[in-house]
Amino acid sequence: MSIPAGWQIDIGLEIHAQLNTRSKIFSGASTRFGQPPNSQACAIDLGMPGVLPSVNAEVFVKAVQFGLSIGAMINQESRFDRKNYFYPDLPKGYQITQMDQPIVLGGTISIQKSDGTEKTIRVTRAHLEEDAGKSIHDLKPGHTGIDLNRAGTPLLEIVSEPDLKNAEEAVAYAKAMHQLLTYLEVCDGNMAEGSLRFDANISVRRQDADLLGTRSEIKNLNSFRFLEQAIHFETERQISVLEAGGTLVQDTRLFDPDRLETRSMRSKETATDYRYFPEPDLLPVRLTAEFIEQIQANLPELPVMRARRYQDKLQLAFADAALLSQDRRLGDYFDEVLTISGNAKSAANWVRGDLLSKLNEHELSITACPISPGHLGELIQLIDQGIISGKIAKEVFAALWMKQTDSPGDYVQQHQLEQVSDASAIEPLIDALIADNPKQAEDLRAGKDKLMGFFVGKVMQATAGKANPKQVNDLLRQKLS
Amino acid sequence: MNLTFATLADLQNSLRNREISATELTQYYLARIDALDPALNSFISIHTEAALDAATRADKAFARGDARPLTGIPIAQKDIFCLQGHRTTAGSKMLANFIAPYTATCSQKLADAGAITLGKTNMDEFAMGSSNENSYFGAVHNPWDHDLIPGGSSGGSAAAVAAGLCAASTGTDTGGSIRQPAAMCGLTGLKPTYGRISRWGMIAFASSLDQAGPMARTAQDAAILLEHMAGHDPRDSTSLNEPVPRFSEGLGGSIKGLRIGVCQEFFTEGLDPAVERTIRDALAVYESLGATLVDVSLPHTPYSISAYYVIAPAECSANLARFDGIRYGHRCLDPENLQDLYQRSRGEGFGEEVKKRILVGTFALSAGYFDAFYHRAQKIRRLIKEDFVKAFENVDVIAGPTAPTPAFALGEKASNPVEMYLQDIFTISASLAGVPAMSIPAGLANGLPVGLQLIGNYRQEGTLLQAAHQFQQETPWHTLTPPEAL
Repeated sequence: MSIPAGWQIDIGLEIHAQLNTRSKIFSGASTRFGQPPNSQACAIDLGMPGVLPSVNAEVFVKAVQFGLSIGAMINQESRFDRKNYFYPDLPKGYQITQMDQPIVLGGTISIQKSDGTEKTIRVTRAHLEEDAGKSIHDLKPGHTGIDLNRAGTPLLEIVSEPDLKNAEEAVAYAKAMHQLLTYLEVCDGNMAEGSLRFDANISVRRQDADLLGTRSEIKNLNSFRFLEQAIHFETERQISVLEAGGTLVQDTRLFDPDRLETRSMRSKETATDYRYFPEPDLLPVRLTAEFIEQIQANLPELPVMRARRYQDKLQLAFADAALLSQDRRLGDYFDEVLTISGNAKSAANWVRGDLLSKLNEHELSITACPISPGHLGELIQLIDQGIISGKIAKEVFAALWMKQTDSPGDYVQQHQLEQVSDASAIEPLIDALIADNPKQAEDLRAGKDKLMGFFVGKVMQATAGKANPKQVNDLLRQKLS
Repeated sequence: MNLTFATLADLQNSLRNREISATELTQYYLARIDALDPALNSFISIHTEAALDAATRADKAFARGDARPLTGIPIAQKDIFCLQGHRTTAGSKMLANFIAPYTATCSQKLADAGAITLGKTNMDEFAMGSSNENSYFGAVHNPWDHDLIPGGSSGGSAAAVAAGLCAASTGTDTGGSIRQPAAMCGLTGLKPTYGRISRWGMIAFASSLDQAGPMARTAQDAAILLEHMAGHDPRDSTSLNEPVPRFSEGLGGSIKGLRIGVCQEFFTEGLDPAVERTIRDALAVYESLGATLVDVSLPHTPYSISAYYVIAPAECSANLARFDGIRYGHRCLDPENLQDLYQRSRGEGFGEEVKKRILVGTFALSAGYFDAFYHRAQKIRRLIKEDFVKAFENVDVIAGPTAPTPAFALGEKASNPVEMYLQDIFTISASLAGVPAMSIPAGLANGLPVGLQLIGNYRQEGTLLQAAHQFQQETPWHTLTPPEAL
């Protein structure tokens, strides 16, 4: 969708990322997804009388990793607040969140636009909070079920500035955040399980207007597609209201993906007053400079830096560099193949070619790959040392994939797959072929170069692919020139 | 030995010397509860069977020779502490049928030390009150005079000990709820430093102020109980992370040279002249023991009630939001929709005082009022803390009245909330500052007990208990018993 002439759009996103800690943010209950309802909610998650929260320190590690990765300021003293509202799946009647002193302040992330240019999006803040439970309305007519397994799952809410100017940028930003969070392994990124959810703050204004227009907040979008559709619908709605001479009211809306429309839940006038105040059950959390420095020192190489290294140091093509650096474990795999093989080009070709297509075919992630990076590195070494041909290498690769061997070198030896590079073994074969095919030999001598392939193929066939093709070429030329 | 008003320390000896068995002692108190509590209403639940079982185990422990410090000592616990498998009501209809699935840390510690819980005591609903008239389970009567209030909110715990229905009890204090009833019933009650005793399993009123503590006949008994209630608890982030001193071992030393601060702000207009005389006499006893009286000022004390009645309701408005009729607690019949479910469950489940405070707190936190109320109250709280820090540069203890009057008549102040709130005028500032404070019997005014409040510096419960113990070596007031309780 293109933006109607004379209008501009401003979008800010709030991303709720579930942090992948094993236990909840304020209790020891498990965060595992897909368990029977209310089987993973302890007394703290249920908001029983007399229970108290205590913070899972792991959430600070993850939030700081994220903050440092976007170049943000880390609040050394962060505090929790209570956000008060009544809802059946909010057991305490308040959510513990961070209002005044969020752990992460500022920072930026860059997104790639479709025209290939980059744009920097500013992050306002990111804070820690607890997730609510789930209300299930369609289980029993006239009843609402409450599942509190999700209650208390740690969330990092990442709030952007209204720097996003259209749906495409918003989706690119959401995807960049998704990639970063999963790359850092602080969030599993599983959208279907609700690990990442978006609220979009959308407003429109005339091209020449200085101030932002009246915004609507579209809540709880749980896929990139819904995010895109909701923005398209909402901007069209706002523009048409304004073009018809109407005015907008600031409100909170829900997106209905079946009808492709947004519906108002509540306007600013009827908005809940959350009555934030400092959470008295938790002391302010002070992070030492050493704690933050240590996280900084152990931060993984980020995708952007990695891609740049692959291009600049390894001379990989842009597409290869981008592909190999988008997933942290894939990049790590590639780096290890490279360390063993010493051949960046080959390593990149094997990983993004044969390996990824096999993985995709079997729907496996790189961490479940049956071939270790060491073995793939050895395989490349065997080719580079002239011990096996590229063709044989594919066979060894298949054997490795099937776990038929534990060592590429041993496999080649056991199956006698070494390339035959011994002229005394190949020469008699060539002599015999020339004798058996005099017509073709004559034509080749006469300059019919196509026939080289015929002879090379015959030699390869006779050696079961083990002859060194380059050497076969050279010998043929000697004999038939 | 007169069992009825025996101190916990004496009972420890009798049990150890096998002069009495835990079962006999438990049966003795249970029989007294049976006979006298209908008139006092100090218990909400009586754990006859569990107490007798515990007593049997205690006697076996004595027989085996592996008794623990409190083995066989029958106590009562305020019905705000969750005890696994037992009803825990917080004095509210909301929780009238709530069976706790876990045990409060400090109750568990007492049980681990061998104490026997006879039952759960009556209290102002959710600990909100100074007269124990706000209980869903009815008012508690003062053993000294059944027409009078016992103080609140730990009124049941105070009345039970004062009437000799148990050896000692636990209470909680948010703005004076241990000290004021201790004063009105002639007991020794201690509110420790905020964080000294874990709040885990103790139903919250105002989280930043709530502190559990012992209510007993003597400072020595309070020290013994405190030792077994206190300690760091990883489940309460606000609990003090430091070892618990052996309070009961430091009581004997002389208090010669102890600097006792006398604060003008505690001798104000509303103070009953008979109470004031009693307090001045008590201060004279301290001088005779070698302590020095020093004038100190806590200039922000007059603002403490205003600040308290913003902060405590604000926190309670959030703390009590969980009682929504959804997962446990009172639920209205046949709700029409969610709104109706909330409104009627809470409307029916909470009493008037609780509703009042929830409304006040909700208002104080509302957009547009937050700065004027909550924020300002927090500022006053900081100033009050600073007052204490400054005062304790020059004195070891600050002494004054616990409450402006002795116990008053049931119903007397029920219709005048401001007068009722003034009951806590002397106790609230120590709560806001988080410093330890206790009330000890200082004499009688018009035949009723008067409490002397001793306030100490942070973590200096030891100094307070020693000062209280030395006073009790010199005076008979803590040994006086209610004429009606026999």
